[in-house]
Amino acid sequence: MELNSFIENFAAQFDDTDVSEFTPSVNFKDLDEWSSLTALSVIAMVDEEYDVKLSGNDIREANTIEDLYQLIANKN
Amino acid sequence: MFSVKNKTILITGASSGIGRYTAVLLASQGANLILTGRSREKMDSLMAELNNPVHKVIVCDLDDENNIKTLAQNIESLDGLVYSAGVVDYTLFKFFSREKYEKVFNVNFYSAIQLTNYLIKFKKVNKDASLVYISSISSILGVPATTFYGASKAALNTAVKVLASELAPKNIRANTIMPGIVKTPMIEGASDQLNAEAFEKAEKLYPLGLGTPHDIASAALFLLSSESRWITGTSLLIDGGHSLQ
Repeated sequence: MELNSFIENFAAQFDDTDVSEFTPSVNFKDLDEWSSLTALSVIAMVDEEYDVKLSGNDIREANTIEDLYQLIANKN
Repeated sequence: MFSVKNKTILITGASSGIGRYTAVLLASQGANLILTGRSREKMDSLMAELNNPVHKVIVCDLDDENNIKTLAQNIESLDGLVYSAGVVDYTLFKFFSREKYEKVFNVNFYSAIQLTNYLIKFKKVNKDASLVYISSISSILGVPATTFYGASKAALNTAVKVLASELAPKNIRANTIMPGIVKTPMIEGASDQLNAEAFEKAEKLYPLGLGTPHDIASAALFLLSSESRWITGTSLLIDGGHSLQ
C-alpha cells in the first residue's frame, strides 16, 4: 500500500470536494462533505481495497488521512 | 394471561439477542422449547440457564439447505415458531456485491421461508399453531446502507402475509414483528461498523429510548398465545415511537 494511492482512493469517496484538499495532513473530518455516510464509504472502500476492517472507533480516533493510512498499514 | 404452557415452540437464532431472550421468557411461561443456534457453546450456556430437560437443543447453521431439512425432519410437531435467526448488513449502493446480497437474503429471507416450507411439507405444524418471524423496522424505512437488510426483511413480511392466507384454513397463524433498534449483540456489533456518533444520534430519535429484547420477546409471547387468535398476516411495529417523528 502506498500513501498517494490511498489518498486517491480516499478522495474517490467524495463528490464535491476539490482534489487539492486531500493532503496527508488534512483533518478529513473538517471537510464540508464529511458525514457519517462518507465514513461508511471509507470503511467499505478500505475493506474492498485493502482487506482491512476499520471500526467506527478507528475513524473517530484518526484525525488526518495519514493517521488512517498508518492505521491500515498496521492492520495489514 | 398470555399462555404458552405446554406448547412446543421452535426458536431459531436462540443463541443470542432477541431469540435468546424469547427462549428464556417462553420457558418461564411453561413452553417446551426446541432451540437452534450456530454456537454449541452459547446453546450450552442457554440450556444451563433454562435448567430443564424438557427443552431440546439442535446446533445448526441455517445457511445450509440440508441443515434446514434435517432440522425440520427431526421435529415431531410444533405449536409455534419464532424465527429469529438473522444477520445485519450495512452496504451503500456503490459497494453492492452479489456475494453480500446472497449472504443477507439467504439467512434473513430464504432460510426463513425454506424452514417453513419443510415444516409444512413434513406436516410438523399443528392446527392452531402460531408462527412468528422477526422482521425489522428497516423493512418499511429507507435508512442509508440498509438495502440488503431492509429488503430481505420486507421480502419476509410479504412472504409471511402469503403464508398467513395459505395456512388460515388450518387455523395456523403467521405474523412478523418489526422491531426498531433493540440493544442486542447483533446491533452492538453493527454499531462498531457504523460511525458511533451516528448511532448515538439514532438513539435520540427514539421517544421511548432504544428497545430491549424483553420488549420484543413479550410481543412474541402474545402472538404465540391464543389471546391473539384473530391476528394473522400482520407486521407488528414495535419501535418506541421512532416512526412518529
